[in-house]
Amino acid sequence: MLSVRIRTKRFAQRDVLGPLDFTLGAGEILAIVGPSGCGKSTLLRIVGGLDPDFDGRLTWSDGKTPRIGTVFQTPRLLPWRTVRQNLDLVTPGRDGGDALLRRLDLWPVRDAFAATLSVGMARRLAIARAFAIEPELVLLDEPFVSLDEAMAVQARQVLLDAWRYRPLSALLVTHDLVEAAALADRILLLSGSPARPIRTLVVPPERRRAGGDIAAGLAAEIRQALGDHFREGA
Amino acid sequence: MGRITWLRLLSPLLLLILWEAVARLLGSRMLPPASAVFQALGREILAGTLPRDLAITLGRVAAAFALSMVLGSALGLAMGRWRAVDQFFESWLTILLNVPAVVLIVLLYIWFGLNEPAAIASVALNKLPATAVTIREGRRAIDRDLSDMAESFRMTRWRTLRHVVLPQLSPYLFAAARNGLSLIWKIVLVVELLGRSSGVGFRIQVYFQLFDVTSLLAYTLAFILVMQGFEWSVMQPLERRANRWRR
Repeated sequence: MLSVRIRTKRFAQRDVLGPLDFTLGAGEILAIVGPSGCGKSTLLRIVGGLDPDFDGRLTWSDGKTPRIGTVFQTPRLLPWRTVRQNLDLVTPGRDGGDALLRRLDLWPVRDAFAATLSVGMARRLAIARAFAIEPELVLLDEPFVSLDEAMAVQARQVLLDAWRYRPLSALLVTHDLVEAAALADRILLLSGSPARPIRTLVVPPERRRAGGDIAAGLAAEIRQALGDHFREGA
Repeated sequence: MGRITWLRLLSPLLLLILWEAVARLLGSRMLPPASAVFQALGREILAGTLPRDLAITLGRVAAAFALSMVLGSALGLAMGRWRAVDQFFESWLTILLNVPAVVLIVLLYIWFGLNEPAAIASVALNKLPATAVTIREGRRAIDRDLSDMAESFRMTRWRTLRHVVLPQLSPYLFAAARNGLSLIWKIVLVVELLGRSSGVGFRIQVYFQLFDVTSLLAYTLAFILVMQGFEWSVMQPLERRANRWRR
């Protein structure tokens, strides 16, 4: 679906990314794991078209940019609009919103102003918004942090359900190797400054999206294999 | 509610009583008592002159207000958005901000004649720079993260303006509108006094020449009441609506 080739990305004379070269297949979930501050969010901004100022190119396989739903690192809701309006404003003419609100336990607060939501609710609404537009590609920037474990499970399930229901590609940025192992088909490990890929791992098909223990085991194996080359940042 | 509301009602009442007492004590033509002024107010209203003058003045206020808000906001938005526009108009604003209101009024009357468009333009021009400066600050304070969000979800220009930008600008718009109205009221009277033969400002000049302090104060009072009425019936409800979402 997408091939990304970034020679360099600089901020104020400083290289923050690259060289970096990877592809994302149709229907694939690719996790990008690296220490915080290594440029993962910048990478997502570039893929999302919000930052055209880089040396390199994005190539979409069918020639045009797909419909992209983004879950930013902060919820970025419109506090002066209600929960439901926050969905409706980005999804003119679609009405899958109600089901998502129910799934993510936001139905009771659908008419409350987004300003009144707790941190966890705001995050869930941001996730609902990204999926409400029926995206062909979702960009997820640490989407499940600051959710309690039960809610995080629920929210990950929203991603997997959407993925099973329709062809959907996803770029998942996270610093949590277990989360990456639980959700992704492939894991791209970034490190260094400027950030470069140090390893690409394919999750064995029989162990994909297997949940809890298997994912934890997988993450432990990866960590061991990498040794000192890779340390997860908090 | 409760004590604060009472205090609010009590204080103007006390002012009225004080005024009445002092005026009666002095017994001078230069300071008529409150009761006489209210009588004059009633008389002028019944005669129809005050409502007519007030309506004409209000029309001018509305026209100048709308003109300065629309042009000032547009200029302020552009200046807040693009540095080049900001730098280009900076000196214009400085000049406009520092030309005394009366000079601007007299110049426009000289250049364009003693007519309605010149009168309204000179009032609007007096208010425009302050509006532009306020709105420019508002535009600079727009949250980039939310703009990115709107862009990434491909919200249309109109939707972004209405649901993302305007709610963030609303405190600045209210500030500009408030300051604008109080300034425009005052300047419109000067404009009328200098070069129009209708409106409250014109009437003030007539009563000034007749040394009729009672009627002068009656007009002033009517003015204050209308102004406060507007604040209560339009500005405050609008502002409450815009701020509903705040906890």
